[in-house]
Amino acid sequence: MRLTRKYRFSASHRLHAPQFGEAENRALYGKCNNPFGHGHNYEIAVTVGGPVEERSGRVVDLALLDGLVRREVIEPFDHRNLNEEVEAFRALVPTSENLGREVVRRLKQNWRAVFPAGGPRLECVAIAETGRNAFEVSAYEIE
Amino acid sequence: MGVMLVTRRAEFSASHVCRNPELSEKENRELFGAAANPHGHGHNYVLEVTVEGTPDPVSGMVADLRSLKETLNRRVIEIYDHRFLNREVPPFDRTIPTPENIAIDIWRRLASHLEGPRARLHNVRLYETPDLYVDYFGDGA
Repeated sequence: MRLTRKYRFSASHRLHAPQFGEAENRALYGKCNNPFGHGHNYEIAVTVGGPVEERSGRVVDLALLDGLVRREVIEPFDHRNLNEEVEAFRALVPTSENLGREVVRRLKQNWRAVFPAGGPRLECVAIAETGRNAFEVSAYEIE
Repeated sequence: MGVMLVTRRAEFSASHVCRNPELSEKENRELFGAAANPHGHGHNYVLEVTVEGTPDPVSGMVADLRSLKETLNRRVIEIYDHRFLNREVPPFDRTIPTPENIAIDIWRRLASHLEGPRARLHNVRLYETPDLYVDYFGDGA
Protein backbone atom coordinates (compact mmCIF):
# COMPACT_ATOMS: atom_id res chain seq x y z
CA MET A 1 0.00 0.00 0.00
CA ARG A 2 1.17 3.51 -0.77
CA LEU A 3 -0.03 6.72 0.83
CA THR A 4 0.59 10.19 -0.56
CA ARG A 5 0.22 13.37 1.44
CA LYS A 6 0.49 16.88 -0.03
CA TYR A 7 2.07 19.85 1.74
CA ARG A 8 2.64 23.45 0.72
CA PHE A 9 5.17 26.17 1.30
CA SER A 10 5.91 29.52 -0.29
CA ALA A 11 9.48 30.58 -0.97
CA SER A 12 11.63 32.69 -3.24
CA HIS A 13 14.63 31.66 -5.30
CA ARG A 14 16.86 32.69 -8.15
CA LEU A 15 18.29 30.33 -10.75
CA HIS A 16 21.86 31.33 -11.45
CA ALA A 17 24.86 29.03 -11.88
CA PRO A 18 28.13 30.81 -11.08
CA GLN A 19 29.95 28.44 -13.46
CA PHE A 20 28.23 30.20 -16.39
CA GLY A 21 28.52 33.83 -17.55
CA GLU A 22 25.72 36.42 -17.38
CA ALA A 23 24.56 35.81 -20.96
CA GLU A 24 24.56 32.03 -20.55
CA ASN A 25 22.58 32.23 -17.31
CA ARG A 26 20.05 34.50 -18.96
CA ALA A 27 19.71 32.15 -21.95
CA LEU A 28 19.44 29.05 -19.76
CA TYR A 29 17.12 30.23 -17.00
CA GLY A 30 15.24 33.14 -18.64
CA LYS A 31 13.08 35.11 -16.17
CA CYS A 32 14.14 32.76 -13.38
CA ASN A 33 17.56 34.43 -13.60
CA ASN A 34 16.24 37.93 -12.73
CA PRO A 35 18.75 39.25 -10.19
CA PHE A 36 16.54 39.80 -7.16
CA GLY A 37 14.75 36.45 -7.37
CA HIS A 38 11.04 35.62 -7.38
CA GLY A 39 8.70 33.25 -5.53
CA HIS A 40 6.37 30.29 -5.87
CA ASN A 41 3.67 28.51 -3.93
CA TYR A 42 5.29 25.09 -3.91
CA GLU A 43 3.33 21.89 -3.45
CA ILE A 44 5.15 18.76 -2.37
CA ALA A 45 3.66 15.27 -2.43
CA VAL A 46 5.35 12.76 -0.11
CA THR A 47 4.68 9.09 -0.90
CA VAL A 48 5.16 6.42 1.75
CA GLY A 49 4.85 2.64 1.25
CA GLY A 50 4.48 -0.41 3.45
CA PRO A 51 2.05 -2.91 4.89
CA VAL A 52 -1.24 -1.80 6.48
CA GLU A 53 -0.94 -2.16 10.25
CA GLU A 54 -3.75 -4.28 11.74
CA ARG A 55 -4.18 -2.18 14.88
CA SER A 56 -4.69 1.15 13.11
CA GLY A 57 -5.70 0.17 9.58
CA ARG A 58 -2.99 2.56 8.43
CA VAL A 59 0.28 2.36 6.51
CA VAL A 60 1.79 5.34 8.39
CA ASP A 61 0.98 7.40 11.47
CA LEU A 62 0.00 10.71 9.84
CA ALA A 63 0.82 12.76 12.91
CA LEU A 64 4.41 11.45 12.81
CA LEU A 65 4.72 12.03 9.05
CA ASP A 66 3.28 15.54 9.31
CA GLY A 67 5.62 16.35 12.20
CA LEU A 68 8.70 15.13 10.31
CA VAL A 69 7.82 17.01 7.10
CA ARG A 70 6.94 20.16 9.02
CA ARG A 71 10.18 20.15 11.01
CA GLU A 72 12.58 19.17 8.21
CA VAL A 73 11.00 20.87 5.20
CA ILE A 74 8.13 23.27 5.79
CA GLU A 75 9.60 25.23 8.69
CA PRO A 76 13.07 25.72 7.15
CA PHE A 77 11.70 26.51 3.64
CA ASP A 78 8.41 28.37 4.15
CA HIS A 79 8.58 32.14 3.56
CA ARG A 80 12.33 31.94 3.02
CA ASN A 81 14.73 32.90 0.29
CA LEU A 82 16.06 29.44 -0.63
CA ASN A 83 19.38 30.73 -2.05
CA GLU A 84 20.15 32.82 1.01
CA GLU A 85 18.59 30.89 3.87
CA VAL A 86 18.93 27.18 3.09
CA GLU A 87 22.51 25.96 3.41
CA ALA A 88 22.26 23.38 0.60
CA PHE A 89 21.45 26.10 -1.96
CA ARG A 90 24.39 28.35 -1.24
CA ALA A 91 26.41 26.25 -3.68
CA LEU A 92 23.63 24.55 -5.62
CA VAL A 93 21.02 26.06 -7.97
CA PRO A 94 17.57 25.74 -6.32
CA THR A 95 15.79 24.25 -9.33
CA SER A 96 12.82 22.03 -8.53
CA GLU A 97 15.00 19.02 -9.39
CA ASN A 98 17.57 20.00 -6.75
CA LEU A 99 14.84 21.01 -4.30
CA GLY A 100 13.21 17.57 -4.68
CA ARG A 101 16.53 15.85 -4.00
CA GLU A 102 17.17 18.03 -0.95
CA VAL A 103 13.70 17.21 0.44
CA VAL A 104 14.35 13.47 -0.04
CA ARG A 105 17.78 13.82 1.62
CA ARG A 106 16.32 15.64 4.64
CA LEU A 107 13.49 13.11 5.08
CA LYS A 108 15.78 10.08 4.66
CA GLN A 109 18.35 11.43 7.12
CA ASN A 110 15.71 11.74 9.83
CA TRP A 111 13.44 8.83 8.86
CA ARG A 112 14.86 6.21 11.24
CA ALA A 113 14.52 8.53 14.24
CA VAL A 114 10.76 8.68 13.62
CA PHE A 115 9.81 5.35 12.02
CA PRO A 116 11.17 1.99 13.22
CA ALA A 117 12.83 -0.58 10.95
CA GLY A 118 10.11 -2.64 9.25
CA GLY A 119 7.78 0.38 9.37
CA PRO A 120 6.78 2.65 6.51
CA ARG A 121 9.37 3.45 3.81
CA LEU A 122 9.82 6.74 1.96
CA GLU A 123 9.06 5.98 -1.71
CA CYS A 124 9.22 9.29 -3.53
CA VAL A 125 8.74 13.04 -3.40
CA ALA A 126 7.08 15.12 -6.11
CA ILE A 127 7.53 18.90 -6.25
CA ALA A 128 5.23 21.22 -8.17
CA GLU A 129 6.65 24.71 -8.53
CA THR A 130 3.44 25.86 -10.19
CA GLY A 131 0.29 24.01 -11.22
CA ARG A 132 1.82 23.40 -14.63
CA ASN A 133 4.90 21.37 -13.81
CA ALA A 134 5.89 18.55 -11.49
CA PHE A 135 9.19 16.86 -10.67
CA GLU A 136 9.30 13.43 -9.09
CA VAL A 137 12.34 12.05 -7.26
CA SER A 138 12.52 8.41 -6.19
CA ALA A 139 13.79 8.01 -2.64
CA TYR A 140 15.93 5.08 -3.82
CA GLU A 141 18.03 7.34 -6.04
CA ILE A 142 19.29 9.54 -3.21
CA GLU A 143 21.82 8.60 -0.53
CA MET B 1 1.39 -3.28 -29.00
CA GLY B 2 2.53 -2.62 -25.43
CA VAL B 3 0.68 -2.54 -22.15
CA MET B 4 -1.33 0.59 -21.43
CA LEU B 5 -3.01 1.95 -18.31
CA VAL B 6 -6.55 3.33 -18.45
CA THR B 7 -7.97 5.26 -15.49
CA ARG B 8 -11.61 6.00 -14.74
CA ARG B 9 -12.60 8.45 -12.00
CA ALA B 10 -15.73 8.36 -9.83
CA GLU B 11 -16.87 10.13 -6.67
CA PHE B 12 -18.84 9.24 -3.59
CA SER B 13 -19.63 11.07 -0.37
CA ALA B 14 -19.75 9.13 2.86
CA SER B 15 -19.24 9.42 6.59
CA HIS B 16 -17.01 7.33 8.80
CA VAL B 17 -15.34 7.19 12.17
CA CYS B 18 -11.86 5.77 12.76
CA ARG B 19 -11.64 3.95 16.09
CA ASN B 20 -10.26 0.63 17.23
CA PRO B 21 -12.70 -0.76 19.86
CA GLU B 22 -9.86 -2.64 21.53
CA LEU B 23 -8.02 0.61 22.34
CA SER B 24 -8.73 3.20 25.01
CA GLU B 25 -10.19 6.63 24.30
CA LYS B 26 -6.74 8.15 24.76
CA GLU B 27 -5.05 5.67 22.42
CA ASN B 28 -7.72 6.20 19.75
CA ARG B 29 -7.20 9.97 20.02
CA GLU B 30 -3.46 9.61 19.63
CA LEU B 31 -3.81 7.27 16.68
CA PHE B 32 -6.66 8.89 14.72
CA GLY B 33 -6.96 12.47 16.01
CA ALA B 34 -10.23 14.19 15.07
CA ALA B 35 -11.14 11.17 12.89
CA ALA B 36 -11.92 9.34 16.17
CA ASN B 37 -14.81 11.67 17.06
CA PRO B 38 -17.53 9.15 17.99
CA HIS B 39 -20.42 10.44 15.89
CA GLY B 40 -18.39 10.38 12.69
CA HIS B 41 -17.69 12.92 9.96
CA GLY B 42 -17.67 12.84 6.16
CA HIS B 43 -15.59 13.26 3.03
CA ASN B 44 -16.07 13.71 -0.69
CA TYR B 45 -14.06 10.69 -1.74
CA VAL B 46 -12.57 10.52 -5.23
CA LEU B 47 -11.88 7.06 -6.61
CA GLU B 48 -9.53 6.43 -9.52
CA VAL B 49 -9.56 2.90 -10.86
CA THR B 50 -6.76 1.96 -13.23
CA VAL B 51 -6.98 -1.02 -15.57
CA GLU B 52 -3.96 -2.38 -17.42
CA GLY B 53 -4.02 -4.21 -20.69
CA THR B 54 -3.13 -4.33 -24.36
CA PRO B 55 -5.44 -2.45 -26.71
CA ASP B 56 -7.58 -4.68 -28.90
CA PRO B 57 -6.21 -4.36 -32.47
CA VAL B 58 -9.70 -3.90 -33.94
CA SER B 59 -11.51 -1.74 -31.36
CA GLY B 60 -8.35 0.08 -30.26
CA MET B 61 -9.52 -0.21 -26.65
CA VAL B 62 -8.05 -1.81 -23.51
CA ALA B 63 -11.42 -1.98 -21.77
CA ASP B 64 -14.99 -1.02 -22.57
CA LEU B 65 -15.25 2.27 -20.70
CA ARG B 66 -19.02 2.16 -20.48
CA SER B 67 -18.92 -1.26 -18.86
CA LEU B 68 -16.09 -0.09 -16.55
CA LYS B 69 -18.23 2.87 -15.49
CA GLU B 70 -21.23 0.61 -14.88
CA THR B 71 -19.13 -1.82 -12.84
CA LEU B 72 -17.79 1.04 -10.69
CA ASN B 73 -21.28 2.41 -10.15
CA ARG B 74 -22.90 -0.93 -9.35
CA ARG B 75 -20.11 -2.51 -7.28
CA VAL B 76 -18.87 0.55 -5.37
CA ILE B 77 -20.61 3.90 -5.81
CA GLU B 78 -24.19 2.69 -5.25
CA ILE B 79 -23.05 0.84 -2.13
CA TYR B 80 -20.84 3.58 -0.64
CA ASP B 81 -22.46 6.85 -1.69
CA HIS B 82 -24.26 8.84 1.03
CA ARG B 83 -23.76 6.12 3.64
CA PHE B 84 -22.23 5.94 7.11
CA LEU B 85 -19.58 3.34 6.28
CA ASN B 86 -19.21 1.91 9.82
CA ARG B 87 -22.96 1.31 10.11
CA GLU B 88 -24.08 0.55 6.60
CA VAL B 89 -21.25 -0.94 4.53
CA PRO B 90 -19.68 -4.24 5.59
CA PRO B 91 -16.86 -5.01 6.38
CA PHE B 92 -16.59 -1.64 8.15
CA ASP B 93 -18.73 -2.85 11.02
CA ARG B 94 -15.54 -4.71 12.07
CA THR B 95 -12.76 -3.11 9.97
CA ILE B 96 -11.63 0.49 10.56
CA PRO B 97 -12.63 2.53 7.46
CA THR B 98 -9.26 4.21 6.96
CA PRO B 99 -8.55 5.14 3.32
CA GLU B 100 -6.17 2.16 3.22
CA ASN B 101 -8.87 -0.32 4.26
CA ILE B 102 -11.45 1.30 1.97
CA ALA B 103 -9.06 0.93 -0.99
CA ILE B 104 -8.54 -2.76 -0.13
CA ASP B 105 -12.32 -3.31 0.08
CA ILE B 106 -12.87 -1.55 -3.26
CA TRP B 107 -10.15 -3.74 -4.83
CA ARG B 108 -11.93 -6.87 -3.55
CA ARG B 109 -15.28 -5.68 -4.88
CA LEU B 110 -13.87 -4.92 -8.33
CA ALA B 111 -10.96 -7.21 -9.18
CA SER B 112 -12.85 -10.30 -10.40
CA HIS B 113 -15.29 -8.15 -12.42
CA LEU B 114 -12.50 -6.35 -14.27
CA GLU B 115 -10.63 -9.51 -15.20
CA GLY B 116 -10.90 -9.89 -18.95
CA PRO B 117 -9.02 -11.49 -21.84
CA ARG B 118 -7.08 -8.27 -22.48
CA ALA B 119 -7.25 -6.34 -19.21
CA ARG B 120 -7.05 -6.60 -15.45
CA LEU B 121 -7.26 -4.25 -12.47
CA HIS B 122 -3.92 -2.49 -11.94
CA ASN B 123 -4.54 -0.23 -8.92
CA VAL B 124 -7.14 1.56 -6.89
CA ARG B 125 -6.38 5.15 -5.89
CA LEU B 126 -8.63 6.69 -3.27
CA TYR B 127 -8.53 10.38 -2.34
CA GLU B 128 -9.95 11.09 1.10
CA THR B 129 -9.23 14.79 0.59
CA PRO B 130 -7.41 16.57 -2.27
CA ASP B 131 -4.25 16.40 -0.10
CA LEU B 132 -4.36 12.74 0.94
CA TYR B 133 -4.64 9.63 -1.17
CA VAL B 134 -3.67 5.96 -1.07
CA ASP B 135 -2.77 3.54 -3.87
CA TYR B 136 -3.45 -0.18 -3.54
CA PHE B 137 -1.96 -2.60 -6.04
CA GLY B 138 -3.61 -5.73 -4.69
CA ASP B 139 -0.40 -7.45 -3.68
CA GLY B 140 -1.19 -7.43 0.01
CA ALA B 141 1.62 -4.90 0.59
